[in-house]
Amino acid sequence: MKMKKVLSLALAAAMALSLAACGNGGGGASSGQPSCGASSSEPSGGASSSTPAPAPTGELITVGVINNDPNESGYRTANDAAMRATFTEENGYKTTFFNNNDAAQQIATAQQMVQDEVDFLLLSPASTTGWDTVLKDAQDAGTQVILFDRMLEADESMYAAAVVSDMPAEGKTAVDWLAAQGLDEYNIIHIQGHMGSDAQLGRTGALDEKVAAEASWNYVAQQTADWDEATARTITQSVIDSGKPFNVIYAENNGMARGAVAALDAAGITHGKGGDVIVMGFDSDKWAFEAVLEGSWNYMGLCNPLQADTVDSIIKDLMAGKAPAQKIIYTPEQGFDCDTLTQADVDTYGT
Amino acid sequence: MTTPVKNPETQVRRPDESLWKRLTRQQLFIPVAALVLLVLFNLIADPTFFTVSVKENSLGNPVLSGNMVSVLDNASELVILAIGMTLVTASSGGQDISVGATMTIAGSVILRLVCGGQAAADTMQMNLFLAVLIGIVVTALFGAFNGTLVAYFNIQPMVATLIMYTAGRSIAAWINNNQLPIINDVAFKYAGTFLPGIPVPTPIFITALMVLVFWLVLKFTNLGLYTQSVGINPNSSRLNGLNPKMIKLLTYVILGVCVAVAGYIRISRSGSINYSRNAENIEMDAILAVALGGNALSGGKFNIYGSILGAYVIQFLTTTLYKYEVPSTALPAYKAVVVILLVVLSAPVVREKLSSMKKAPVKAVKEVS
Repeated sequence: MKMKKVLSLALAAAMALSLAACGNGGGGASSGQPSCGASSSEPSGGASSSTPAPAPTGELITVGVINNDPNESGYRTANDAAMRATFTEENGYKTTFFNNNDAAQQIATAQQMVQDEVDFLLLSPASTTGWDTVLKDAQDAGTQVILFDRMLEADESMYAAAVVSDMPAEGKTAVDWLAAQGLDEYNIIHIQGHMGSDAQLGRTGALDEKVAAEASWNYVAQQTADWDEATARTITQSVIDSGKPFNVIYAENNGMARGAVAALDAAGITHGKGGDVIVMGFDSDKWAFEAVLEGSWNYMGLCNPLQADTVDSIIKDLMAGKAPAQKIIYTPEQGFDCDTLTQADVDTYGT
Repeated sequence: MTTPVKNPETQVRRPDESLWKRLTRQQLFIPVAALVLLVLFNLIADPTFFTVSVKENSLGNPVLSGNMVSVLDNASELVILAIGMTLVTASSGGQDISVGATMTIAGSVILRLVCGGQAAADTMQMNLFLAVLIGIVVTALFGAFNGTLVAYFNIQPMVATLIMYTAGRSIAAWINNNQLPIINDVAFKYAGTFLPGIPVPTPIFITALMVLVFWLVLKFTNLGLYTQSVGINPNSSRLNGLNPKMIKLLTYVILGVCVAVAGYIRISRSGSINYSRNAENIEMDAILAVALGGNALSGGKFNIYGSILGAYVIQFLTTTLYKYEVPSTALPAYKAVVVILLVVLSAPVVREKLSSMKKAPVKAVKEVS
């Protein structure tokens, strides 16, 4: 009995504390931490502070943000940080964040958010399919859906806008660049991302097409490393061990390219500018830009992770009754190679 | 005085020595058989699998390269984890499913220290040995946390370690402020790649050292005996003057140390970390290694060398599958087949059948004599 009493007391205390913390956030605390569940940064500025919070001007726009796991890659870390920095109470938003790489969990949470009647649902889907019910429910409930970063398979009428990277174009730019290198034979180790994701489909699609069309383009290996560096290293190592000749590493993100390069280094295979193997990566990591700049890699396809500002302005427009000029807005992107990349580019685009 | 008289009698009735031999053989029978099968398969399918050649790495050092080197190299983390997992299994009759997450914590701590809190560093900001030592202390503390829940609160090991399994990767990310730090110092990568002038991958040496340490500990201390007796019957061990709770806790702390070493090897292979993918699902492989080594997952008697062999078998299987370009997403399916075979082989019904098959010829011999 004693144990139970202590426990219930502790629980009650915990609840009271968390309520206080939520109330504090609701009052417009300057912590910049939008969701109550997130780890609070400064507990010292808590309930004891007596300064009255400035009343928010007008109603807050409620927003649900569904994103992938911020720890998945440097790209996602930058993307998630930008979203969290933009959709704050200072900017007039009441935001709930959910991060998961599992599409099923994303869908379940999205459904919950629609039931909670958020004004806007911002979505970076982990897979391109399975979203039909959510989109329909959102439409019925009057929740406007805005896709960011990744597309999904649905009719354009099902969402208000999409601010996305043009993954097929990214793939095509990269493959065109590779073709322009004029090798006699392309023997490619193709390391794929999480199967079924928009990024993987777009970047794989362009290369698959080219390999099917050209006799001199071959896959030495085509494997998914699920965005994982260590798996990419193992895949490359196993090709090296098998003794098959190859001259291109086409990795669908920078982390995996880094893993592949670790295997090349261990086996003494030269890579990058003037090397035996062409190394290609994607995304926007600063360290990867630097690897291209110093000629250790040959190419990086920029995938711009900063869509938050564009999404922000679309929402403000929609609230003012203005529909976006185009439904699908592509973030400006390009490929960089070791011959043309400059330090200025690194500073501009590196995250 | 009666016991010395009785013992020879039983030895006469049941050939104790050969029985004991048979038992050890049975314990290692499964991993050895699996290894032989894999070797045979590769010999027949493509003998070049076993070629080892000398190459020069990008730093100009001669290094050994080949599938067998890859197996020994890549199995390192798993072998080290399997050692700790065997002790935990033996003492508490359950497994720690948080090792992948705590490995990530160790990696995150070490990277934060050597990067000095920056997102990227070209030289180490802290003495590497000190950083690794702190990493070891941190995961040993997490091990102690798991161990306390198991030993003192009597929580099922799988449930107790579920906490760190779910929270560990977030803690690892929090340690580095959600940054993915990268260290470019060549010296940091020595432990995961090659030491200058030495052609054998460093993880193989670290693993050998760990195995040696545990061999010495098990040989010259009572850790093995105590762990075993606590696993078989905690109450009678307590009555015999052991402290079963303390010993259970100790095995979890030891596993914590193993986790830090494995975590260090993992991140030093590339000098960076990815919290959600680092050492993902390695706990399942570690548990599989223990089972493959013929150890009862319900605790008690254990054979640490069986687990080590089991870990190499798993890596051998993985490397073989990669060589034959099996999609990496399909690897778990093949491991599942191994698990099914193991479970069926160790089922009481099958065991009885097997042992009766073995006993039959012995009886025949006895009748003749």
